[in-house]
Amino acid sequence: MDLRFTDDDEAFRSTVRAWLEAQLEGEFRHLRGCGGPGREHEQIEGRMVWERALGGAGWLGLGWPQSAGGRGASLIHQVIFHEEYARARGPGRIGHIGEQLLAPTVIAFGSDEQKARFLPPIGRGEELWCQGYSEPNAGSDLANVQTRAELVGGQWRITGQKIWTSHAHVSDWCFAVCRTDPGSQRHKGLSYLLVPMRQPGITVRPIRQLTGNSEFCEVFFDGARTPADHVVGGVGDGWKVAMATLAFERGVSTLGQQIGFANELDAIIAAARQRGADRDPDIRQRIADAWIGLRIMRWTALRVLSHGEGGELPPEALISKLYWATWHQRLGELAMDVLGADAEIVPHAPYELDPLQELFLFSRADTIYAGSNEIQRNIIAQRALGLPRSH
Amino acid sequence: MFYSQAMRFAFSDEQEELRRSVCRVLNAHASAAHTRRAMESEVGHDPALWKRLAGELGLTGLVVPEAHGGAGLGWIELVAVMEELGKALACVPFFSTVCLGTSALLVGADDDQQRELLPAIAAGTATTTLAHLESDGDLGADAINAVATPDGDQIVLTGHKRHVVDGHTADLLIVAARAPATRGADGIALYAVPATSPGVTRQRVVTIDQTRPLADIVLDRVRLPARARLARAAWPELERILAFAAVGLAAEQVGGAQRCLDLAVDYAKVRTQFGRPIGSFQAIQHRCADMFLLVESARSAAYYAGWAAAHEPDELATAAATAKSYCSDAFFRCAGDAIQIHGGIGFTWEHDIHLYFKRARASRAFLGEPTLHRERVAQSILGGE
Repeated sequence: MDLRFTDDDEAFRSTVRAWLEAQLEGEFRHLRGCGGPGREHEQIEGRMVWERALGGAGWLGLGWPQSAGGRGASLIHQVIFHEEYARARGPGRIGHIGEQLLAPTVIAFGSDEQKARFLPPIGRGEELWCQGYSEPNAGSDLANVQTRAELVGGQWRITGQKIWTSHAHVSDWCFAVCRTDPGSQRHKGLSYLLVPMRQPGITVRPIRQLTGNSEFCEVFFDGARTPADHVVGGVGDGWKVAMATLAFERGVSTLGQQIGFANELDAIIAAARQRGADRDPDIRQRIADAWIGLRIMRWTALRVLSHGEGGELPPEALISKLYWATWHQRLGELAMDVLGADAEIVPHAPYELDPLQELFLFSRADTIYAGSNEIQRNIIAQRALGLPRSH
Repeated sequence: MFYSQAMRFAFSDEQEELRRSVCRVLNAHASAAHTRRAMESEVGHDPALWKRLAGELGLTGLVVPEAHGGAGLGWIELVAVMEELGKALACVPFFSTVCLGTSALLVGADDDQQRELLPAIAAGTATTTLAHLESDGDLGADAINAVATPDGDQIVLTGHKRHVVDGHTADLLIVAARAPATRGADGIALYAVPATSPGVTRQRVVTIDQTRPLADIVLDRVRLPARARLARAAWPELERILAFAAVGLAAEQVGGAQRCLDLAVDYAKVRTQFGRPIGSFQAIQHRCADMFLLVESARSAAYYAGWAAAHEPDELATAAATAKSYCSDAFFRCAGDAIQIHGGIGFTWEHDIHLYFKRARASRAFLGEPTLHRERVAQSILGGE
């Protein structure tokens, strides 16, 4: 057991930090702290330029193997990059869906042609991706996908609707789970298609959330097209590939995410001090509880990381989503109780929330998206504890 | 310093082997039947098991320096051992002898005192414990009323200590007392008192948790040589000793919580109602999933506390408070949930789950309830109350 970073790790950290500081003090100063969950509407154009700057400096695809155009960085170096990025309050990423979800999937399941076509523009920060999984009737029950795709004249023709698609309005491409076998049921007959977003057969409509903002969209496919070979992992293997993509989602970014959480907790502590709420015994208990919860989140992440590169994740990895979503939602509630009656006052018309109000309201989504708490508990019960399926 | 070893938050192979060897002995010799026999005996311990753990495995010498006959290992190893003891609910005076008594000597005694007192403990031939609590179990300095009065080259100790873990059998009592006419943290020191000293009366009390005996100890004008006073043990050192002990207790709670989860899950797989295993119902599955989250999170807290105890002295106090509060809550909740999942059978004396529930309650209170530890954390991040 050794919780210290090596000298090599610290040298890498210094390099990352210096680059981020130079950019976020200079050309990209106006982007510091912009975007991220709850604030995805901010500075979209500027953040697209920022993605290309990250790519140009070689920070994208850090963990991809060198054969795929990446740097083959160790897990620890990837963690350090995410930590420093969060610490520097780098702008909320809009290229991460391509870089951290689609790219690993293509590296694992894609053809050589797909790797050559799709990885380099992601690595340069030029092409942005969105994820086409959820549908109005396929949320927690993802296997109930109804969007159909059929081969007509060497092209897929896609008809249906996806929902809760982040960044759909700025994305160039979508990876969409579609039913390619018309008579199929459930997990069978699905395929994982790569679909260009800028075409007449696709309409994107933003969803206004309870925060008043929009960061998720509905995507309507009305005879949208994509070439026959833009299917990852073979026709009919879509479920397997889609699940593999979800596994990449619990990766190394979690320690960076926690630094963002720490910044939020610091803001709550500052507000508590300013308002005298730090003398209230109940608030003191809850601030301590939040602090303890965040420390434990970090240690669990380090235990999972220590399990090593490659191979199956240890069972404790399965608690990550349930843990942080629940913790973060509770943090939002604490923020409001610290602010007291003033929590009710929105600082700017028409409905521009301050960051703690945004945290409180947006964190209702945390326990729903990327696998709701209920789905996470099913997964833990069945995969970590071996309890029988409920049907 | 040059660190080239990659960061790794997991037991080393050697630590893992130690854990497994303890686990093997406990699986063979610390079944629930052993625990029940021991807890119903007069002393409340299992002497045969103690002989194996202390004598054969040498566990009482784990954190004792090699110069004093120990293994010279650290708190990471101790955390691994405590977790296993907690799983088994082993009735042995290990927590008292190692986490409390030995910690007190390691923190508070000088070289000469350690040379005199530690070898017998490391060899497993003497047990020890810490007698720091009095009337209502209050952990504050003001609650220490036992008085140590100098008398020539001797010390005369008088007081009434309570909640002394294994105090009725320990060979050596480390007693917290104060100098005459002092208050608060002033004048507090620790004294090494052989349990056979004239004037010492000890009585095991009846406790809800029968697996870890507590004793009342009356000290009536006990005469001790001046060197019985530990050389560097004032109030801040006592707080530090209790932080070390809390790390051990938190690890034990992780083991207990893990066993509660295992018992609940095993039962949910075989108990059938409505024609199917109850573990196939989401109401049961989700409760088990929440228990799993608590157990794994508690484990992270306890392991980190072990790391801090071994290598990060400045972080010990906060890491111990963090672990003790979280692990106490996790164990208590898991034990209660395990009873619920067992249904009626879980309410019987015959089933073992109540032993864990009672241990969870007792260890939650000992060394301070979660609210007290959370307030300590609050003080470290927000400042005074």
